[in-house]
Amino acid sequence: MRSVHALGVAALVMLALPDSSFAEPKSGGVMRMYHRDSPGSASIHEGATYSINVPFMAVFNNLVIFDQHIAQNSTETLRPELAESWAWSGDAKTLTFKLRKDVKWHDGKPFTSADVKCTFDMVMGKSQQKFRQNPRKSWYDEVSEVTTNGDYEASFKLKRPQPALLTLLASGYTPVYPCHVSPGDMRTKPVGTGPFKFVEFKANESIKLVKNPDYWKKGLPYLDGIEFTIIPNRSTAILGFISGQFDITFPTEVTIPLLKDVKSQSPKAVCVVEPTNVSTNIIVNSSNPPFDNLDVRRALALALDRKAYIQIMFEGQADVGGTMEPAPAGLWAMPREMLETIPGYGPDVNKNREEARKLMQKAGYGPDKRLAIKISTRNIPIYRDPAIILIDQIKNIYIDAELDVVDTAQWFPKVARKDYSLGLNLTGNAVDDPDQSFYENYACGSERNYTGYCNKEIEKLFGEQSQETNVDKRKKLVWEIDKKLQEDVARPIIFHSRMGTCWQPYVKNVTIMSNSSYNGFRFEDVWMDK
Amino acid sequence: MFAYLVRRLALMFVTLFGISVIIFVLLRVVPGNIVDILFDAAGFVDPADKANLEKELGLSQPIIVQYFNWISGLLRGDLGYSYVSEKPALQEILPRIPITAKLAGLALLFSTSIGIPLGIISAVHQGTRLDYTLRVVSLSGLSLPSFWLGLLILMASVSMFGTMPIFNPNPKTWTEAFAIYAVPALAVGFRFAALTMRITRSSMLEILRQDYIRTARAKGASETSVNYHHALKNAMLPVITVIGIEAAFLIGGLIVTETVFNIPGIARFLVEALRWRDYPIVQNLVMFIAVVVVFTNFVVDLLYAAIDPRIRFGD
Repeated sequence: MRSVHALGVAALVMLALPDSSFAEPKSGGVMRMYHRDSPGSASIHEGATYSINVPFMAVFNNLVIFDQHIAQNSTETLRPELAESWAWSGDAKTLTFKLRKDVKWHDGKPFTSADVKCTFDMVMGKSQQKFRQNPRKSWYDEVSEVTTNGDYEASFKLKRPQPALLTLLASGYTPVYPCHVSPGDMRTKPVGTGPFKFVEFKANESIKLVKNPDYWKKGLPYLDGIEFTIIPNRSTAILGFISGQFDITFPTEVTIPLLKDVKSQSPKAVCVVEPTNVSTNIIVNSSNPPFDNLDVRRALALALDRKAYIQIMFEGQADVGGTMEPAPAGLWAMPREMLETIPGYGPDVNKNREEARKLMQKAGYGPDKRLAIKISTRNIPIYRDPAIILIDQIKNIYIDAELDVVDTAQWFPKVARKDYSLGLNLTGNAVDDPDQSFYENYACGSERNYTGYCNKEIEKLFGEQSQETNVDKRKKLVWEIDKKLQEDVARPIIFHSRMGTCWQPYVKNVTIMSNSSYNGFRFEDVWMDK
Repeated sequence: MFAYLVRRLALMFVTLFGISVIIFVLLRVVPGNIVDILFDAAGFVDPADKANLEKELGLSQPIIVQYFNWISGLLRGDLGYSYVSEKPALQEILPRIPITAKLAGLALLFSTSIGIPLGIISAVHQGTRLDYTLRVVSLSGLSLPSFWLGLLILMASVSMFGTMPIFNPNPKTWTEAFAIYAVPALAVGFRFAALTMRITRSSMLEILRQDYIRTARAKGASETSVNYHHALKNAMLPVITVIGIEAAFLIGGLIVTETVFNIPGIARFLVEALRWRDYPIVQNLVMFIAVVVVFTNFVVDLLYAAIDPRIRFGD
């Protein structure tokens, strides 16, 4: 009884204490964040790195957006943005958006349906104006055209039903661009409709955004501006945060060991560790010997001790999974019991390796005839470190590998030439949806399908799951596909990483997304209790 | 003297022409170009888009045409456009030069004002505890990499003062300006000071053993007069040479220091530009550095004559 009273008193005390997280948001202040590198441009549509999204997502709006305060992106967390509402046609082949009428571009021109058409025509490669590079063109392969009906209605006409289209449109990678600004200008002086206006981007130095006083969401944003200082040196950046020079670290960029440092030296800092939906995987050149032999590929998959990677690199804080991000953060991950039935995912590593050695012997290799190969990877620690562990692990199955570090400028040309045996690669997923992941990385002929993996049977299943409107049925199809991809050793997934983000206790309303690193940086209702 | 100057100036131009060719060719020999890197950010290489972009940036032209375009632009004061930022290269380079110049100047000032006096003291007090202490300090200065020293300084700064110097282009107070430039200059200048000290010491020791120094002492000249009037001036020749060479190499040390202290100077910018294969930035910056190095050497040569009257430029 006494403990019940104590709990009651404690609850009353807590209620009486001022808690700024429930306090009325305050306007003002410039939020200072360090940026991990100098982005190549300011044009989100032309990039494939969140180094562009983090600073520039706040300049724009999408038609729809994932709720910025729910960490797990899903169809339930879709919110209207430039579209007031949306509706699917009866045959699920037309998606119509009713647009807001009170939106202006930062240069004062009105936003209309023409801008929506312009943006997606350009992304689909159908307009006269072209992007220098267009990495997400394939997202809209099923869209036949975008049409307008007056100034405030736009429709996406599809070749076949694709429920995932809304999810793709909600990504931070899918802002609406103004028709009247050229792609070149969007790379250097972006104009948006978002809560912050672009001020300047000094390469290798800083990016500055200022509050958009005419933002269509009245009363927002709370911040007067956001300043990003570009600090590629991670030690300097973290020291800067610890010393209070920055209000927030670059999102999902603090490693688990560094997080300990931050917490010990800056105990009041608020830190979260979230999955990034970035997988570390092996690209296997199955066009040439020895990996054209399925037995050798399977042996490779069986040799992996995934828990060792996670322990060494993340102190246990990362996840084992297939192509789709593991649960609970991931929406489409196959159940654990199913995952463990895939060769190499079973808990007994020694047994797996014994089996792998048998497969290698069947392929003609053994203790007296070891296979010598090179493992190619980019000269960046997050690529190099797992490659070194891989070299160590495959020694157990008669493979002697040498590390071949490749300059960033040479990585994709080398991969495109198929000038490698094994490559250690990282794959980031912009949205947690199988359409994005499967088509981009495993579809026959896809530009980002680096290994050239092509299985027409599985590709048929891609289409089936993509059209399936029943989520439970779609999930089962996705699990089946993911399992087959792992069994085919299409691109063995080693682990899915988790990374930390920290901010000072006075920074409020920051939410780090848990199933994508690309979608949570609108910052419109972030405020500082200073 | 005039003929010598003309010869040296002509040699300077020939050297600079040679450097321009080497920079230009080497940059294009290195695997990968800006287009590959831009597509790396996109995660794939589309051959048609790549060809379009190469055409847009002028990279599909013959190399000789590209070189001619660059040099003719350079002579007109048009350095071209940065491939990455799409801004004029001059606009990107110019604001960064004073930042690095201030840093380099302060590092030089620090190293010479510390290194030369300590070198003299060490030589004059050869074999004493003071000499040994100074030699240990100078050895440690030579052994500590400047990036490591820089990080130590930053960590100490955070731990002791709860703050650290982060670059601000418009420092509000004198102390802020001092922290922004002097602390990194100290980190990069420490090694340089150690080298200057060791050269000064060994040069002074050599001079102090000369006959004319013994004669000066025999004539009753004071130790101060012997050390500073008779010995120092002659001991300075190798010191100036080393300072000249080191000043030229300072840019190398500044790359790391600018990175650790996050200073947006030309040294860090050069590395980033090289990473992106941003040819207009790299070739113009390297040319600028080459001009500075060649000119510094020229000034050092002139200083020899001013300091040592035995050196003449007649032949």
